[in-house]
Amino acid sequence: MSKANGDIRIGVYVCHCGTNISAVVDVKSLAAYGATLPNVVVSREYKYLCSDPGQDLIRQDIAERKLNRVVVASCSPHLHEQTFRNALATGGLNPFFLQMVNIREQDSWVTEDKQAATRKARDLVRAAARRVAWNESLERDRIPIHPAVMVVGGGIAGIHAALTLANSGKHVYLVEREPTIGGHMAQFDKTFPTLDCAACILTPKMSAVKSHKNITLWTYSEVTQVDGYVGNFKVKVRRWPRYIKEDLCSGCLECLKACVYKEAKFPDDFNVGLAKRKPIYISFPQAVPQVPVIDPETCIQFKSGKCKKTCIDACGERHAISLQMEEKTEEVEVGNIILATGSQPFDARRIPYYGYGVYPNVYTALEVERLVNASGPTAGEVVLRDGRTPKTVGIVHCVGSRDENTNRWCSRVCCMYSLKLAHLIKEHTGADIFNFYIDIRTPGKGFEEFYQKLLNERVHFVRGRVAEVTDWALDPTEEDKLVIRVEDTLAGIVRRIPVDMVVLATGLEPQADAEQVRRLFNISCASGGFFLERHPKLAPVSTFTDGIFLAGCCQGPKDIPDTVAQAGAAAAEALALIDAGFVETEPNAAYVMEEVCSGCKTCVAMCPFTAIEFLQEERKARINQAKCKGCGTCVAACPSGSIYQHLFEDRQIFEEIEGILTNA
Amino acid sequence: MKPKVAFYWCASCGGCEEAVVDLDEKILDVANAVDIVFWPVALDFKEHDVEAMPDGSILASFINGAIRNSDQLKMAKLLRAKSQVVVAFGVCAQLGGIPGLANLSDAKGIFAEVFADGVAPVRFYKDNGHSLSLPEFFDTVVALDRVIDVDYYVPGCPPTPKIIGDALGVLLGSTLPPKGTVLAPDQALCEQCPRKDTRPEKLLLKEFKRVHQVVADQQTCLLAQGLACLGPGTRAGCEAMCPRGNMPCTGCFGPTSRVRDFGAKALSSLASIIDSDDEGEIARVLDALPDPAGTFYRYSLPSSLLGRRRME
Amino acid sequence: MPETFEPKIVAFFCNWCTYLAADLAGTSRIKYAPNTRVVRVMCSGRVDPQFILDAFAKGADGVLIGGCHPGDCHYQEGNYKALRRFVLLKRLVKQMGIEEARLRLEWISAAEGERVKTVVNDMVEKLRVLGPRVPVRQKEVA
Repeated sequence: MSKANGDIRIGVYVCHCGTNISAVVDVKSLAAYGATLPNVVVSREYKYLCSDPGQDLIRQDIAERKLNRVVVASCSPHLHEQTFRNALATGGLNPFFLQMVNIREQDSWVTEDKQAATRKARDLVRAAARRVAWNESLERDRIPIHPAVMVVGGGIAGIHAALTLANSGKHVYLVEREPTIGGHMAQFDKTFPTLDCAACILTPKMSAVKSHKNITLWTYSEVTQVDGYVGNFKVKVRRWPRYIKEDLCSGCLECLKACVYKEAKFPDDFNVGLAKRKPIYISFPQAVPQVPVIDPETCIQFKSGKCKKTCIDACGERHAISLQMEEKTEEVEVGNIILATGSQPFDARRIPYYGYGVYPNVYTALEVERLVNASGPTAGEVVLRDGRTPKTVGIVHCVGSRDENTNRWCSRVCCMYSLKLAHLIKEHTGADIFNFYIDIRTPGKGFEEFYQKLLNERVHFVRGRVAEVTDWALDPTEEDKLVIRVEDTLAGIVRRIPVDMVVLATGLEPQADAEQVRRLFNISCASGGFFLERHPKLAPVSTFTDGIFLAGCCQGPKDIPDTVAQAGAAAAEALALIDAGFVETEPNAAYVMEEVCSGCKTCVAMCPFTAIEFLQEERKARINQAKCKGCGTCVAACPSGSIYQHLFEDRQIFEEIEGILTNA
Repeated sequence: MKPKVAFYWCASCGGCEEAVVDLDEKILDVANAVDIVFWPVALDFKEHDVEAMPDGSILASFINGAIRNSDQLKMAKLLRAKSQVVVAFGVCAQLGGIPGLANLSDAKGIFAEVFADGVAPVRFYKDNGHSLSLPEFFDTVVALDRVIDVDYYVPGCPPTPKIIGDALGVLLGSTLPPKGTVLAPDQALCEQCPRKDTRPEKLLLKEFKRVHQVVADQQTCLLAQGLACLGPGTRAGCEAMCPRGNMPCTGCFGPTSRVRDFGAKALSSLASIIDSDDEGEIARVLDALPDPAGTFYRYSLPSSLLGRRRME
Repeated sequence: MPETFEPKIVAFFCNWCTYLAADLAGTSRIKYAPNTRVVRVMCSGRVDPQFILDAFAKGADGVLIGGCHPGDCHYQEGNYKALRRFVLLKRLVKQMGIEEARLRLEWISAAEGERVKTVVNDMVEKLRVLGPRVPVRQKEVA
């Protein structure tokens, strides 16, 4: 329990934050006001308190003025609480004698009325000065970090993160829900701006994952439960049955040939529905692991029990096919988790006036990727569904991006991939290509040069958002064509452009199950539905849940270079924790005052972390300080006031309320 | 010379006086040990007798009842002046008690409720050269320590014989506890309740029941049976007299020293264990407690954080 | 009242959702009424009804509790406990003559900076109509 005994000597520090605060809040008068508050021995204002000289100011006062409490009125504690706590610690004062006041994010940045902003700041500083008198000296505990890491998602982000960690000697569990790793990148033909063959740069990495001794690869699997906390996660992974044993399969694919279905009949997801597959299939020839999957929904044996099972015969002595396989749940302990679950393409059917799903010759960008790919459904031929080669192609930008009706954000990759597809289609067919754009966004290395190349290739660019794709011909030139209606804003006219093929540059959006996934891992989503990073600039791969990191498009749309960079960054964050060996806790656990606890057990029902146990012998409750997360729910529920919470004691909060409301 | 003590009652039911009498033969020990100089219910001393005493000449005054009119206010102040120690005796003096529920109304509202239309008490009345007066009826009932300095509190409605005996023992003992102490254990009632072990570790309730709706099982924790037992939030000391009588605790010993507002904590703990996360369902479960103010502030409304209802 | 009455709202914001949303409103430079005074807690489940009643007793014109949306609590269920207490507290507060608009519970997620503005502005407007909450203890006996 805290004791506001002895001499309380408070230092109040008001930050200008350049002009971020001082332009609105009268920092000088605020500092002067601070000096009038009870127990305050020094009150200053300074331009940048978080800087070295700013922190020195505080440290000097601690030494010279014998401060034992510090109030800092500046930005949000989420940004600099740690900074100022360190300043106290290096100044010789327990870091938890700090109280921060948010007069920037929650005052100067949201208020235009300077007087009101200053009044608000005064109330809050007064409240903090009262509260800080009751702060107590606290020590952080250290939680050990288990050295293994789980990477969820086996696209390029997950693969790169897993390899980086594995190469440093750490054990990695790579969990991927598709039967193969590779993600969306495996579906691409070439990557911009270098036009590298996607498979050529991806497959060596996929192969490295397979053969790495430090990586346990679990495909066709998903995470079902996550318990624990940073350094000590317990994760359950459900492994769906492939009905083919991975360790026995040699990847010869004879079973596919032997299947009683002579013709493939079922939609092939990898080829975005443009091709078909059999009930026994492999996503693509270079799949890792090179092990097929049997789909119980379409396999005759599973549906009727009456198949000749020619696949099993073809497998022969290997006996790799096992139709009795059952799903299995694995449980592992890891210290950190990296989420690399990617994004999904926007569903173009949500914009019906672009005709996707209505006119057969309207395609999405991903479908066209498969068309131009040599191992795709048309062996690299760009042909329409009726077999014709298109002579004119229109590429519509920003489908499901920068759009108030669907997704407001820019999906970042579509301009570049639209240019890439324009180039590839022209190369394959010699067709006349039109790109319909709002802006051409080519910020990356080599991107602008790529755009120039396209301009030199005589690809047409029309600046205007496409209003409609229609097959209603107004004159003979439009017969049997799809007409793109668009306002050409540079020319200042509305145009009708007849094309054979329309390609929709669909944007990126969060995976359909992003909400469920983020709850599983106890992180938040940002407003678009992508996973929320701890800070967009200073902590872009961390989340607000310690030990859980983000990489790739699950955090926001981005291209492969940025994805790989982020994956490396996430791996580095995990490595930093593992190599440090421990992480320090925020000392805000609750504790039961056992001498006065009556054993009513109200609190035991409150804790979802099972941190509260009822001691049968003593007939009292006790809170496990390591399991307690510091939410304080039990504190508020205890009817006799016998539970306290460090850092958020009742008395401290009452003082804050008093400070806010009493005009001192 | 025997030490002098006084007993007085303010807005009260008389139960605290009976509690003193209830000490049975021990009352004779008390009568032998002390000199009772003022006790309106039992002895014939008058107000002017008290006024005549030197200040501080009474060792201890045990004042029960809440302050709700000017006469009680006057007597409280008088006895304070004449006493070394003032003990707030019973929960009415400690927290405002049942009379405190009048704070859900005010003088005007109470008179309208109690008297017929058009009839209202008059404070000063002259008739035939005689003057009569009634004390001023305050809008708001307050606990004793709102109007005078109180040294100790003996909780209960009324305090039990054991608690009274313990309190007297402490007061007549060699070391007095710190001023402001409540003379009862500083733990919740569950500590003393014989049914404690029958409360499940993870108790969550789908229903609340009222005492007229169910015949409670004699052995099992009353809260676990859905009755709104306030024992977990109430100070111990009575040895769980009501639960032993198969009735849930209603909170007459007030809160522990760690709680600022009895009702707020009691309602927090009861609401927290409702087994639902749906607002509509939670509301339905709470319909079984139709009078939250009466249930949670039965004895403590005047000394609660809000103190009284705000009238329109 | 000579000048426009400016209600003072004591706001208990949970660290992971609503407090972050308020920070987001700041980084987005969204302007809203300057009438809130935020008390940061780790979880809306920490909000003890005693705090709320204390705020009213000391003169707060309104009390706002901000927590994570149901199902999103950083600590799993704290916000559900807050909800249960709130439903009961609302009924008590009504019996005590405090107008409904003065006590409010809102679920605001970390991404909803804009919502902080709408909720605060709306609450301030409603409180302006109700006028100041005069702590009734002032009208008590000596």
